[in-house]
Amino acid sequence: MPSLRDLRRRIRSVQNMRKITKAMELVAAARMRRAQERVVNARPYSEEIASIMAELMKRSPQYKHPYLQVREVKARVLILVTADRGLCGALNSNNIRLALREMNASAAPVAVVTIGRKGRDVIHRLRRNLIADRSELGDKPTIGDILPAVRVALEQYESGEADQVDVIFARFISIGRQEATVRRVIPVEPPEQVHALAADFEYEPDPKDVLDALLPRYCEAQVYQAVLENAASEQAARMVAMRNATDNATEFIDDLTLTANKVRQATITTELMEIVGGAAALEG
Amino acid sequence: MAKLQVELVTAEGRVLSQEADFVVAPGLAGDLGVLPRHIPLLTPLRTGELMVRNDGHEELLFVAGGFIEILPDKVTILADAAERAEHIDEARAEEARKRAQELLTQDATNAEAAASLERAIFRMRVADVRRRRRERPQGPPSGQ
Repeated sequence: MPSLRDLRRRIRSVQNMRKITKAMELVAAARMRRAQERVVNARPYSEEIASIMAELMKRSPQYKHPYLQVREVKARVLILVTADRGLCGALNSNNIRLALREMNASAAPVAVVTIGRKGRDVIHRLRRNLIADRSELGDKPTIGDILPAVRVALEQYESGEADQVDVIFARFISIGRQEATVRRVIPVEPPEQVHALAADFEYEPDPKDVLDALLPRYCEAQVYQAVLENAASEQAARMVAMRNATDNATEFIDDLTLTANKVRQATITTELMEIVGGAAALEG
Repeated sequence: MAKLQVELVTAEGRVLSQEADFVVAPGLAGDLGVLPRHIPLLTPLRTGELMVRNDGHEELLFVAGGFIEILPDKVTILADAAERAEHIDEARAEEARKRAQELLTQDATNAEAAASLERAIFRMRVADVRRRRRERPQGPPSGQ
């Protein structure tokens, strides 16, 4: 039977752990709200670009920017988005597993761009072809932060070294559910027109130039959206993981307390028996 | 008089959303002055200053590249970066300016450094104009 002192020490240590996981849960909840706000704030920009693009493509359907051309896929680039930190359930390992599955299933060689430390570490350890990385972004990534890494992926496509670029991130479905997802970046799938542009536009210098300038930004915005959504998913997953940890700690503390009480009772009973026994021996 | 609805949007979020009588934006081919009922126009932007005038009050903002979409009653600016004057970090801009200038002295063809220098200079200019206006309270701009 464990000693009472050991049990009490265990209880104290689990109580301290519970304080930490509880605090992390609250922090993650607050950060998740802000991360979700950022996802929503970023939407008008990419929607606006998408609707202008849809309009331009409708007007000059014969013009095929390289980003719009579907080529035979001889090489690919994957942009793997993960969190910088763990303690967020299976989020990172799901993203990484999906990336590895994509790489193993693909007949074409795959180069990887990682955004986030967890993904970078795994890809590096497995000695895959890592061509760019951007990690330690903190929780307020700006588009400028991720741009250098994204440019590397786009340049691979432009130079013909890759024929397809995808991004892998955790899609935010609900607080309890995030799903590792692959989304194609290039070749660009012509976006659905969100709202029809009201008028017949003049273009300066001409529609082709505007589309040329628009397409890279559209791709960048898409990756940025993925990064923001992954950040929201990360916080949600961490919040749930920490809530479970807190609940488990509570349960564990209850069990330990029960055992500790039993041990205490047993000790008291034994002591009483000894006293009674001793008194009886004296009388007898 | 008819008004323009001005939306200034970056990838990070909305910077400005308000009504205006007159907007000046740094178009690729030169500054664009936009009054209500302008013809629909879509063009890329340079790095520069965006001026928004509403009821005699002028606001100067920093924008770096992007697009402007002009409709008769609405102007949407999709900027690569944009800041209101009060959000500009002058110390950082000054630092960026020094760094870019140094890079340019080493290699005058460094396009990235040149772009960075341009951004820093416009940031500082926008912030500077705001500071001077505050020191000397602004009356309604002439021509109103």
